[in-house]
Amino acid sequence: MESKTRAIVINEKDNVATALRPLHAGTPVSVEIKGCVEKIKLRSDIPMGHKFALKDMEEGEAVIKYGEPIGQSTVRIIQGEHVHVHNVVSQPRGGSR
Amino acid sequence: MNFQGYRRPDGKGGTRNFVLVIPSVGCSQGVAQAIARGLKGVIYLPNILGCGQMGEDHRLVKKTLVGFGTNPNVFGVLIVGNGCEQLSPTEIADGIVTTGKRIEVIVIQEVGGTRKTIALGKRVVKEMRDAAVTLDREPIHLSELILGTECGGSDYTSGLASNPAVGVACDMLVAEGGTIILSETPELIGAEHILAKRARTPEMGKQILNAVAWWEQMAIAAGHNIRESNPAPGNIAGGITTLEEKSLGCIYKAGSSPLDEVITYASHPTKRGLVFMDTPAHDIEQLTGMVAGGAQVVLFTTGRGTPSGSPIAPVIKITGNRNTYLTMRDNTDIDVSRILKGREAIQSAGKRIFEEVISVASGKVTKAEKVGQRDFCIFKMNMNI
Repeated sequence: MESKTRAIVINEKDNVATALRPLHAGTPVSVEIKGCVEKIKLRSDIPMGHKFALKDMEEGEAVIKYGEPIGQSTVRIIQGEHVHVHNVVSQPRGGSR
Repeated sequence: MNFQGYRRPDGKGGTRNFVLVIPSVGCSQGVAQAIARGLKGVIYLPNILGCGQMGEDHRLVKKTLVGFGTNPNVFGVLIVGNGCEQLSPTEIADGIVTTGKRIEVIVIQEVGGTRKTIALGKRVVKEMRDAAVTLDREPIHLSELILGTECGGSDYTSGLASNPAVGVACDMLVAEGGTIILSETPELIGAEHILAKRARTPEMGKQILNAVAWWEQMAIAAGHNIRESNPAPGNIAGGITTLEEKSLGCIYKAGSSPLDEVITYASHPTKRGLVFMDTPAHDIEQLTGMVAGGAQVVLFTTGRGTPSGSPIAPVIKITGNRNTYLTMRDNTDIDVSRILKGREAIQSAGKRIFEEVISVASGKVTKAEKVGQRDFCIFKMNMNI
């Protein structure tokens, strides 16, 4: 039970999970994706409400939450790593910006 | 699937059966209120506009008042005018007449003052109400339901629990052929290109981008750049990385269906499925616009808590914040905080919300109705003169 309560994956297409409490580097965290439980070993401390990678991402890869791209990685990101403003930016796009 | 509703002469299905008293102008608002006072099943709209308004504002007031009159949750309408106002009560009546429902107009200057108008008005609405109560609920297919969606007083739980769960419920209603209204345009900023991609046609996608650009320009003209000030440092500290992420948390409450139509404030959807209405993010102006557009039920997610309700549409409050649920119990209908404890799947919370929509559409009283929250505010752009 305890292992299920620490992080949430909102959409099955997502490649990040959100920590529901402060999590520590080195801890394995179980997340539920499409009804299956997967264990992710954390590479960094993850504050509550922050995201970590569910799989390795190449530089420039779309970061997916809510099943949609919320930005792209600026460096290679390893599974279990903290995903935030230090390694993700908004996707560049023409027009209204 | 069906809900139990009231069939109207135009074939539409109501979830409530109110007699509505509409003041066409602020001057007749007090009389309208007095007419409805103490009469069960009779509701008045606290409209303070309708005179001294310029251009688009005048049109928006008329459109909104007509929209409330035509909403299927209303059995019959009494319009109370003063007699010299810009928006004449007969103009409002003309807009509602196609629904085939009962409409009466009384004018204070013609009847002869406050007391006489109240007495006459009470006689009229009592007679309408006596006719209304003879109507029984009957099965109406969920494809007849327009469900408004809204979020207000959001916190970190909104994007993680209540909005995703409501999104599931919305997808379930769309699967039944029903209609979802997503609105509050300023809160799309940063994710408008993502929503635009879900549009059925490129033109519709462009309408989304244009609507967002309009609000953004209005804000910049008033000295505020929404895009540059978001996500705020507090958002980033809380784990929000980009503006796309922040806005998607809001958009996600309408589910993941393709976008079927883009409509202006207080307009009726002409398509079923997911419809975007261009409204402000101001909670009550947004709520008023969606109900004027025909929403018979509204789902409202909150983190910090909100008391809001609509005069004629039941509003179901959903929170992912356990503390808010406990402290604002008389305002909050559904607690989905167990999602954040890993004790309930988003899907199962969404199913609970969908079932609550059917119960409420069929007559179950919401917390906002129980405490008598009947909030009403029409979007306007200019000063009155």
